[in-house]
Amino acid sequence: MFSYLVNRVFQAVGVLLVVALLSFVIFNYVGDPINNMVGQEATLEDREELRERLGLNDSVLVQFLRFVANAAEGEFGISYQFQRKVSDLILERMPATLELVFVSAVIALAAGIGLGVFTGLRRDSWLSRFVLTVSLVGVSLPTFVIGILLIYIFSVGLEWLPSFGRGDTVRIGDWDSGLLTGSGWLAIILPAITLGLFQLTIILRLVRAEMLEVLRTDYIKFARARGLSRRAINFGHALKNTMVPVITIAGLQIGTLIAFSIITETVFQWPGMGLLFIQGVEFADVPIMGAYLLLAAIAFVAINLIVDLLYAAVDPRLRVSAQRGKGTA
Amino acid sequence: MTARPATGATSGTAPGTAGRLLGALYRGADSDLAYSFRRNPVVVTAAIVTLLYFFGAAFADWLAPHTPFDPSTLSLGDAEKPPAWIEGGDWSYVLGTDNQGRDIFSTILYGSRLSLIVGFSAVIFSVVLGVGLGVTSGYFGGWYESVVMRAADVQLTLPSILVALMVDGVARAIFAGTDIKTDATFAIYVLIFAIGISAWPQYARVVRSATLVEKSKDYVAAARVIGIPSWRIMLRHVLPNTMGPVLVIGTIDLALAVITEATLSFLGVGIPPTQPSLGTLIRVGQEFLFSGQWWITLFPALALVLLVLAVNLLGDWLRDALNPKLR
Amino acid sequence: MNGGAARALLDVRDLKVGLPTRRGPLAILNGVDLHVKEGEVLGVVGESGAGKSITGLAVIGLLEPPARIDGGEVWFDGARIDGLSGDELRRIRGARIGVIFQDPLTSLNPLYTIGFQLTETIRTHMDLGADAAEKRAVELLDEVGIPAAASRLGAYPHEFSGGMRQRVVIALALCANPRLIIADEPTTALDVSIQAQIIGVLKRLCREHGTAVMLITHDMGVIAETADRVAVMYAGRVIEDGTVAEVVRNASHPYSHGLMGSIPTIGARIGRLPQIRGSMPRVGAVPAGCAFAPRCPEVRDLCRAERPVMMDGKATSAACWQYSPRWSDTAAAAGGAAADG
Repeated sequence: MFSYLVNRVFQAVGVLLVVALLSFVIFNYVGDPINNMVGQEATLEDREELRERLGLNDSVLVQFLRFVANAAEGEFGISYQFQRKVSDLILERMPATLELVFVSAVIALAAGIGLGVFTGLRRDSWLSRFVLTVSLVGVSLPTFVIGILLIYIFSVGLEWLPSFGRGDTVRIGDWDSGLLTGSGWLAIILPAITLGLFQLTIILRLVRAEMLEVLRTDYIKFARARGLSRRAINFGHALKNTMVPVITIAGLQIGTLIAFSIITETVFQWPGMGLLFIQGVEFADVPIMGAYLLLAAIAFVAINLIVDLLYAAVDPRLRVSAQRGKGTA
Repeated sequence: MTARPATGATSGTAPGTAGRLLGALYRGADSDLAYSFRRNPVVVTAAIVTLLYFFGAAFADWLAPHTPFDPSTLSLGDAEKPPAWIEGGDWSYVLGTDNQGRDIFSTILYGSRLSLIVGFSAVIFSVVLGVGLGVTSGYFGGWYESVVMRAADVQLTLPSILVALMVDGVARAIFAGTDIKTDATFAIYVLIFAIGISAWPQYARVVRSATLVEKSKDYVAAARVIGIPSWRIMLRHVLPNTMGPVLVIGTIDLALAVITEATLSFLGVGIPPTQPSLGTLIRVGQEFLFSGQWWITLFPALALVLLVLAVNLLGDWLRDALNPKLR
Repeated sequence: MNGGAARALLDVRDLKVGLPTRRGPLAILNGVDLHVKEGEVLGVVGESGAGKSITGLAVIGLLEPPARIDGGEVWFDGARIDGLSGDELRRIRGARIGVIFQDPLTSLNPLYTIGFQLTETIRTHMDLGADAAEKRAVELLDEVGIPAAASRLGAYPHEFSGGMRQRVVIALALCANPRLIIADEPTTALDVSIQAQIIGVLKRLCREHGTAVMLITHDMGVIAETADRVAVMYAGRVIEDGTVAEVVRNASHPYSHGLMGSIPTIGARIGRLPQIRGSMPRVGAVPAGCAFAPRCPEVRDLCRAERPVMMDGKATSAACWQYSPRWSDTAAAAGGAAADG
C-alpha cells in the first residue's frame, strides 16, 4: 500500500513538473513579461534594468525554479487586461467555480450511477431503451447548446430560473458562497445541470456497460447458483465490482467538469475561473492562461490521486499486491 | 464474357483480382457487419443523415441560396427576418436571417462545411500522429516508447478541450499583433492543429498495445529473421491489425472534433468571425433569445446536434459491431 | 423408468433446450432423459458440446438467455421445478440443490472475503444469526479440509491457491445441506495432482451427508473412480445409462463403446489408442435419425431414418437400434461408416 502510494505521488509530481514547465514556457517566452509590467512607453534602459531586477537574465534553470517557488506561493504575476494580481483574481473567482463543479458532480454521479445500474439490470425494458437513447442524444449535445436550450425553456419561455449570474452570495471569510441563499440555489440549477449532463451520460453508459460485463462473470453465475437474492447479487456483488472502473472514469469526468466549466460559465455569465480564463485566451492574457493551466493540472492530479486511493479501498487484490510489493522491495 | 477467351492466357491476374474483389464485396454484403447495419433502422438513418451533410457540405456553393459571408450581398433591411412560415418571413430566407441580414440556412450549409473540414482534418492529424507514435513506440520500445507514453499520460491528465483551448490561446499570444493573426485561413490551421493535437494520445495507446500483441507473434519474428525491414513489417502486418479500433475511435472522435470546433467558436476563440461557423452563429444568436429571435441560435444548434448525433450513432454502432463481446 | 423413478431425487424427462437465432431456433438439447437417485453419484459424460453443462444449468434454471427450455419436465424431490418462477427456483438453488462450477478461480467474488460469502449464503437459506452462521462457516471450511479455518474467514479469494479455492466453492455448495449437488467439471481447471484431492473431498462429504451428486465431466477417469451410475451424452441426448462398471466394461452403445476404448489402461500394451472416426455433429446440424449414425460402424438404413429411443441393451440401457426387434429386419447399409468417414 505504502509503496503503491509513494509511486503514485511521484507520478503526480512528475506530471505537475511537466505542466509547470509548460506553464513557465508560456509565461516567459510566449508573452513578454517586460511589456506586461511597464507598458510600451518604457525606455530601453528601464527595460534592461527591470530585466535584471526580475532575474530574467539568470539561467533558464534558475528562472524555472524561481517560477515554481513563486507558483507554490500562489504568485503568478499581473494580468495584462485587468492590471491586477492574477492570484487575487483567481481567489475571487474560485468559490463560484468550485461550487458549480461540486453541485454538477453530485448530480452527475448520483443520477449517472442510478440510471446506469437501472439500465444495466433491466436492459430490455422500454424505459432502459428510452434512457439510453436520450443519453446518446445527451452525449451528442455540446455543453453550450444544452445551456442555451435550458435558458430558452426555463428562462425565456417559462421564466422560472435566472439565465445568468450567481444570485445573492454570502461572504464567509474569503469564500463567497451562493449555496446559502435561495436566489443562489435558483441561479445554480441551470448551470449545474448544463455542466453535469454530459458527464452524467458518460457515467451512465459506463456503469451500464460494466454492469452488463460483471453480470456475465462466473462469480455472478455462481452467486445465482448459491440462491442469493436478486438484491444481494445485483447490489452487493455486481455493483461493487463495477465500482473499480467507474471510480476511474468518474474521477476523470469530475476533472473534466473543471475544464468544461469554462463553457458553462461563458453561457451563463457565471463569475468563475473559467470565464476569467476564456477572457484570458481571448486577449492573449498570458499570466492568466499559465496560472489557470497550472491550477487545473493540480486539480486533476489531486483527483487522480484520490481515485487511486479509492481503488485500493475497493479492491483487496490491489491492497495485497501492494503489500507484497513492499515486502519484496 | 467475350473478353475472356482473349485474355485467357494471362487470366491468372485480371479475373483473379476481379474475382477476389467480387468475393470481398459478396462477403462484405453478407457479413455480420452489413447484417447488423441493415437490420438497424436508426443506424441506417444516421448514415443517410451523415451522407446528406457530406453532400450539403460538398455542394454548398450550389445549394445555398445566398453567400452570407460576402458583405456586398448583405442588407440590413433583411436583418432579423423570422423563418419563412412565420408572419413577416420571406421564402428567400427559409430559416430567417441574423442581426446582419445573413441567411441562416446558407450559413448552416457553409458552416457545416467548415465544421466537417476542420473536424476531418483534425481527426486525420491526430490519427497520423497517434498511430505513427503508437506503432513506432510499440515496435521499437526502449526510451523512445517511455517518452511517448509518458507524454500521452501527461496530456491525458488534462481534458482535451482544455488542451485545445490552451494551444489555441498560446498560438494567439504568439501571433498577437502580427499580420498572420488576422488571416482567417491561418486561424483555421491553428484550430485544426489545436483540436488534432488534443486527441492523439488515445490512438497512440490503442495502437501501441495492439502493436505489442502483434510483435510477440511468431510471424513477426520470422519476418525479422528473413530480413524484412521493420517499416515493412509495421506497414504490412502490424498496422492493418490496429485499424478496427482506430476506425471506431476516429468516428467518435470526428463527432468530438466537430463539437470542439463549435465550442471554441462559440467561446469566440475558434473560427474567425469573418467565416461561417455554427458555433459563432449560436453565440451571436444567444443575445437575441430574450428579444424573441430564437431562430438565429436554435436552427444552427439543431444542425450541429443532428450532425454530431448522426456521427455518434455510427461510431457507437461500429464499436458494438466490431466488438461482439459488448453486445 | 428403470424401476428407479419412484425413488428418483432428480428426474429429467425429455428435456429440450433451444436457442432462438436469426436463422431460426437452434436445438441444443434434443430430449434429455436422466435421473439421480437419493445419495447416488451420477456421472454425466460426453465430449464438449454434447450438452452436459447445459443440462445442469437447465435443471437449476440458470440458462443464459436467450437459451430457454423448449419442452420436457424436470422433477425434483417429487415436485416439478421447470417453469417455476425465478424466486421459487432461487429458493431451491443453494438450499436444496448445490452447484459447483468449473473454474474455482473465477467462481468467487474477488471483492469479498470468503467468510462473507459463506455466511451470506448460509443466512440466505438457513434461519441463523450472524454468530451461528459464522460458526457453521468455520465448520464447513474445516470439513472441506482448509487448515486453520477460523483464521481464514477474513481472507480474500486471491489469497488462496486454485485447489483451496475449489474447496471453498464446495463448502459454499454445501452451506445449506443440499440434497443434490450439481458439479460441472469441478476439477478440469485444476492441476492434475490437485484433481484427485478435490474429487476425494467431494466424494467423502457427499457420502457423509447422504448428498446425491450429478457429476458432469468429460474425464472418464474421474467417473470410473467416483460415480455409481453413468449417463453418456451425445449431441444433446443421453444415449446410454447404466452402472459404471457395466458402461466401462460392457458398453451397449457403439459410441460409449468407442469412448471407453479411448481410456488408456495401465499395463496394456497398445500402439495407439483407438479413436472414433469423424466428429460430433454441430448444434443445429444433427442428422434426422440417430445422431451417431454418420460415425457408427454398425449403421443401417433404419438408423438414418428414425431416431432410436432408450431400450435395454446388454446390461445397460442405450438409445441404439441394435437392441430393437426391428434390427434384424433392416439390412446393413452397404459400406457403412467407412464411406462416410
